[in-house]
Amino acid sequence: MLRRMMSASVLSMCLVLVLAASFLAAPAAPSEVRIGVPGPMKAPQGDNIWRGAVLAQEEINKAGGVNIKGVKTLIKLVKIDTNELLSVSDAVVAVERAANDVDFYVGMSRSESTLAMQDVIVKYKKIIVDCGAVHPELTMRVARDYNKYKYFFKGTINSSFQGQVLMGHLDDVAKVVREQLGIAKPKVAVLVDKLQWADPIAKMVETRAPEMGLEVVGVWRPSAMASDVSAELTAIKGAGAQILFHATAGSMGIALGKQWGELQIPAALVGGDAVGSVKSYWQATEGLGKYNTVMAGIGPAKITEKTMPFWLAYVKRFGDFPGYDSSTYDAIYILKEAIERAGTLNADTLVTEMEKTDYRGAFGRIVFFPRTHQYPHDVQFGPGYDTWVVSQWLGPDNLSVVWPMGWKGVTYEGSTKYQLPPWVIDYWKKHK
Amino acid sequence: MVRPEKEEDLLQVLISGIVIGTVYAVLALGFSLIWGAARIVNMAYTSFYMAAAYLFYVFYSLVHLNIFVSAALAVMAASLIGVAMYKFLLEPIRAHETVVILVSIVMAFFFEECVLSIFGTTFRSVPPFVSGYREVFGVRVLNQHFLALLVSIVLIIGLWLFLSRSRTGIAIRATSQDREIVNVMGISEKRVSLIAISIGIGFVCVSSVIITPIYVVEPLMWMHPIIMVLAIVVLGGLGSLKGSFVAAYILAFSEVAVVNWIPMGSFIKSAIALLVMVIVLSKRPEGMFGTLFEDERL
Repeated sequence: MLRRMMSASVLSMCLVLVLAASFLAAPAAPSEVRIGVPGPMKAPQGDNIWRGAVLAQEEINKAGGVNIKGVKTLIKLVKIDTNELLSVSDAVVAVERAANDVDFYVGMSRSESTLAMQDVIVKYKKIIVDCGAVHPELTMRVARDYNKYKYFFKGTINSSFQGQVLMGHLDDVAKVVREQLGIAKPKVAVLVDKLQWADPIAKMVETRAPEMGLEVVGVWRPSAMASDVSAELTAIKGAGAQILFHATAGSMGIALGKQWGELQIPAALVGGDAVGSVKSYWQATEGLGKYNTVMAGIGPAKITEKTMPFWLAYVKRFGDFPGYDSSTYDAIYILKEAIERAGTLNADTLVTEMEKTDYRGAFGRIVFFPRTHQYPHDVQFGPGYDTWVVSQWLGPDNLSVVWPMGWKGVTYEGSTKYQLPPWVIDYWKKHK
Repeated sequence: MVRPEKEEDLLQVLISGIVIGTVYAVLALGFSLIWGAARIVNMAYTSFYMAAAYLFYVFYSLVHLNIFVSAALAVMAASLIGVAMYKFLLEPIRAHETVVILVSIVMAFFFEECVLSIFGTTFRSVPPFVSGYREVFGVRVLNQHFLALLVSIVLIIGLWLFLSRSRTGIAIRATSQDREIVNVMGISEKRVSLIAISIGIGFVCVSSVIITPIYVVEPLMWMHPIIMVLAIVVLGGLGSLKGSFVAAYILAFSEVAVVNWIPMGSFIKSAIALLVMVIVLSKRPEGMFGTLFEDERL
């Protein structure tokens, strides 16, 4: 009996010791940093998102990985096909299903879907760096409810700043029209797709164009998936516009470039197309999109010392130009540095480190707005920060940066002057 | 709202409306023929439009065949797929109209998923048969649109001649009027339905290869046409070819008018065209040329 009591006591003491040790021991270092990459993986946007992430992962892992308190930890990417361009609910299910398999989310594309995904992911308290969706509401939520949404960061500027990029470019094109066509007050037609991301841009053009000495002859809002805009183009020609300002994100952008070039509408096609800065745009428009301008987070110019090495490595590896959503490349480096500063993967600690980010990446200098700003955790826009660029298609492999050209003192080495399409010049010389 | 102050605006609406209306008419006539002869509402009808477009792209851009050969092969292959789908999936359940609609909806989404899996959502393109444009009273029209107009007119006239002058055409018209009697008269109603369906699907595939060079080849390209086709045949009166022909132009002009005169609303041009349909149907539920013209059916 006594022997039994003593065995039981010894066993109990061992159990207590083991339990105490497990509580007091330092947490095991993570074996890998798992980064979920959500995006529409069957679409060009998904390709851009994934490829940028892969390049960053390969470089970082080749150099040993992420240094977490002296322990080098490799990055593992988890591809998450959200199908977000076609279905918001698919996107939400995809990110929720991946929640236990990833430590971070870097990617995303469509604003409507990202707004829904954001609500799901913040429940799991994981850092998100959104590199594709651009609606300002995404970071306005951070301002309204910081404790809930503080895990959300942007990897690229929002659409209200994109609007300023486009206004700057529109102003430059208007000057070219005045100089080369001799038209003192150029007319501009606005064609913006009917999606949430483009709403601030449409409003901005209507308000700012008259201040820039332009006359707005009409605002067309076709469906983003429209495959025929010949009726719109015919109407725009009839309205006498010399500039056709566009902001598009779906198949309508391709139809627009193709039909504009085929009909030789005598209006300079300028603006932004979410899928317009990759080589498939040239192929899909059969080269008829030549002279179109496209806004993107990156172009073949020296935005920073890292831009051209990244651009050339991307083209060599994937045979395509990077899109604005390839900013997953910079986003992963930003995460890496934040983790190294924090020495942990704990999301709450990382939020503080992410807020201190000041990173010179391939896409520009990334600094986040503070929590007191209107758009906390959004990327700061302006000279010395992230300015984006506007590029012009001049050939199948020739995408040339045409803005900024002296905007607020900024011109990137490798930029060229904007060119008016020759048929636009010919038409307006005869019909002034 | 921009008021049509200039004559040019009216000309733009007229010319664009005629071009787009003729293309819609061909699409709708094929659908009407299938309904009239075989009593099938095939919601996967414009999936063959999409199939023909992708096959055209594959034969031309990937296999590098001549453009006309590519178009012809695309029409034949897509038509075969359509006829096979009817023969093996829809013909056995033809007596149950609701089930046919449901099965065809499922097939439409199945085709979309197949295309998505193989091609993804990357936008693709094929070059036009005839590049460039012409000006008609100051309005620019793509040469490919003129070709589409010409081919559509040939198809429409050809269909009218076939239905009014040929034995098979007359058999199709008889079948649409009374399926039981034609069997008694020695005409195989099944065979006649199959011929009508083959022609209908052929129509949509030919439309596709003619129109695809103007548009973008993408997996959702079947959706807008099926909505417009349904609206046109319902507005015109189910089974009435004359009704489909007239309704196609009414809806096309409605769409073009919205784009020209309410540019901010161009994303709802189709919805407004459908509203026109609803207004007409509220006065004439049978459609414009519905049951009051029984003997005109087909």
